[in-house]
Amino acid sequence: MVAIPMKTPETARVELHDELPSTTVEELAPLYRQMLAIRRLEEASAKAYSQGKIGGFLHLIIGQEAVCTGAIAALRPDDYVVATYREHGHAYAKGVPARPILAELYGKKTGLVRGLGGSMHLFDKATNFLGGYGIVGGHVPIAAGAAFASKYRGDGRVTLCFFGEGASTIGGFAEGLSLAALWKLPIVLICENNQYSMGTPLYRSLAVEDVSLRALAHGMPRDRFDGDDVIKVKRRIAEAVERARETGEPTLVEVITYRFRGHSMSDPGLYRTKDEVEEWRRRDPLNRCRARLVEVGMDEAALTALEDDVKAEIEDAVRFAEDSPAADDYLSYVEKV
Amino acid sequence: MPVISYREALNQAMREEMEHDPNVFIMGEEVGHYNGAYKVTQGLLQRFSERRVVDTPIAEMGFAGIGVGAAMVGLRPIIEFMTFNFSLVAIDQIINNAAKIYQMSGGQFHVPIVFRGPSGPAVQVSSQHSQSFESFYAHVPGLKVVMPSTAYDAKGLLKSAIRDDNPVVFMEGETLYGMTGEVPAEEYTLPLGKGDVKRAGTHVTLVAWSRMVHTCLDAAKVLAADGIEAEVVDPRTLRPLDTELIVTSVKKTGRCVIVEVGWPMAGFGAEVAYRVQRGCLDHLDAPIERVTSDDVPMPYAKNLEDEVQPQVKDVVAAVRRTLYLD
Repeated sequence: MVAIPMKTPETARVELHDELPSTTVEELAPLYRQMLAIRRLEEASAKAYSQGKIGGFLHLIIGQEAVCTGAIAALRPDDYVVATYREHGHAYAKGVPARPILAELYGKKTGLVRGLGGSMHLFDKATNFLGGYGIVGGHVPIAAGAAFASKYRGDGRVTLCFFGEGASTIGGFAEGLSLAALWKLPIVLICENNQYSMGTPLYRSLAVEDVSLRALAHGMPRDRFDGDDVIKVKRRIAEAVERARETGEPTLVEVITYRFRGHSMSDPGLYRTKDEVEEWRRRDPLNRCRARLVEVGMDEAALTALEDDVKAEIEDAVRFAEDSPAADDYLSYVEKV
Repeated sequence: MPVISYREALNQAMREEMEHDPNVFIMGEEVGHYNGAYKVTQGLLQRFSERRVVDTPIAEMGFAGIGVGAAMVGLRPIIEFMTFNFSLVAIDQIINNAAKIYQMSGGQFHVPIVFRGPSGPAVQVSSQHSQSFESFYAHVPGLKVVMPSTAYDAKGLLKSAIRDDNPVVFMEGETLYGMTGEVPAEEYTLPLGKGDVKRAGTHVTLVAWSRMVHTCLDAAKVLAADGIEAEVVDPRTLRPLDTELIVTSVKKTGRCVIVEVGWPMAGFGAEVAYRVQRGCLDHLDAPIERVTSDDVPMPYAKNLEDEVQPQVKDVVAAVRRTLYLD
């Protein structure tokens, strides 16, 4: 198949080198801590997977941490989050501790969902994390349903729905978007455009390069920007969250990002050049965040203390997962027939 | 006791449950302003407003999923499919989400949702509109499948389905809506998973659900003229299945004919046959018989359509085979 240059009408703004929003140590340090913990959690998962301690599919978010961290930082605790199968970071950012996440990946009784869901299906009622879903795009209507319930009750909650750009071509996304716009549901639909749906680049999936254009057909507000800076993500998502909360108006937001690892652990990523991956690694949102923290006045000693604390947290979670008893119940949550 | 239609019984069930619980709402195509494609939701919009009687665009996957999400956070949606033929474009939501989430979330999120609508062949609506998908849905752990055959059962079972904390696929007989029956004026519910003996008999057990119950009752009258007393057992709920009721009946009669309007291959009747032989082997005096539609997409022409579906004469012939009369 021949790649045809794309003609994209009225592409929304993407300022890859624009000025960053101002911030403070107080605001940024907790976000850096979350991003670092997510990175370390993912690295620990990859290691355990290579040791055969985690099975099935394992989709890592390394490189994309600023998106879920920044976006969820714009929420209230009672707001809902719905995510995909690449959702360990989203669960952590919503407040789920590392211990039950890792124990779930290990298939242990102490896992977040008792060893019944694994990597792709983290759920946590306590933090209003409504799940990780494995069928691409199928969760978009579910997120719209949570937002529908908020509107029905008038509870003022907002739902964030995360999905990859690969979901933009499937019906669940189209119908979820359409109904959210029609009924003015308080939802922010966040496309984490990591540029590859598994091994297929966006230009071979979609006739336009701008996923957020889909909002135009529904008269829905949209936004589009890069996801390298966590504060920028937080600010821009906060605009959409406030719009949803105040007016009930949904927004489609496309955040350009990049995953440093393959689609899953079994993917060596041969469809991308080393140079391309290296270029994005140089933009690593985690390193940028650390540099920014120094800029705004956090000293090295405090940074080192924070980093040691994260290391200890993840090491503890690994020990917890390793030492926990095996899952032992698969019958309690289905009807006997 | 008041005599009302199957349609009116379903309407009463929804109306009562919506009065009883503000979290119950109904959503689907033409359910509100049009009063329902089959008028099952007649008058509900006027009573409950657009907030709780939600007309949707044609987007089954979208609104079925919205129902699942709303149910996860505590609402109790009734999702109407204009027919279950259209549920196929929403089947991802029903099977991958509604049926899985309670288990997949380690018991944290219930999905108290009802997917309801007409099912089975109507009259001359051809292949895409004349299908019986109960065998699909009954295959899936995490779902309940209900198929009432009378107005009384329809009301009592729908009320229980709405109150159930887990997803229920509630399949109504498209040709039963106008059928009338006695329904008490006072409130009642019927438990899911409990069948009902629709006619007592001693010589053979007929197992059937939805419209086929009536085909079997008609066949029983024909058989009675020859001195053959058929017992008609209606499980009412296919999943969970009231195996005990069926096995008890077959132990008494020693013969079993299972009648369904679906296709033969991997049809629900095959599961019933397995359970009957497992539970009644020493009591069976003849091989279990199945009567199903022919293994073809439904034709349009009336004569062909009738030929494809189980008729009274087919049931009578199957019964006579189990009695070694022909």
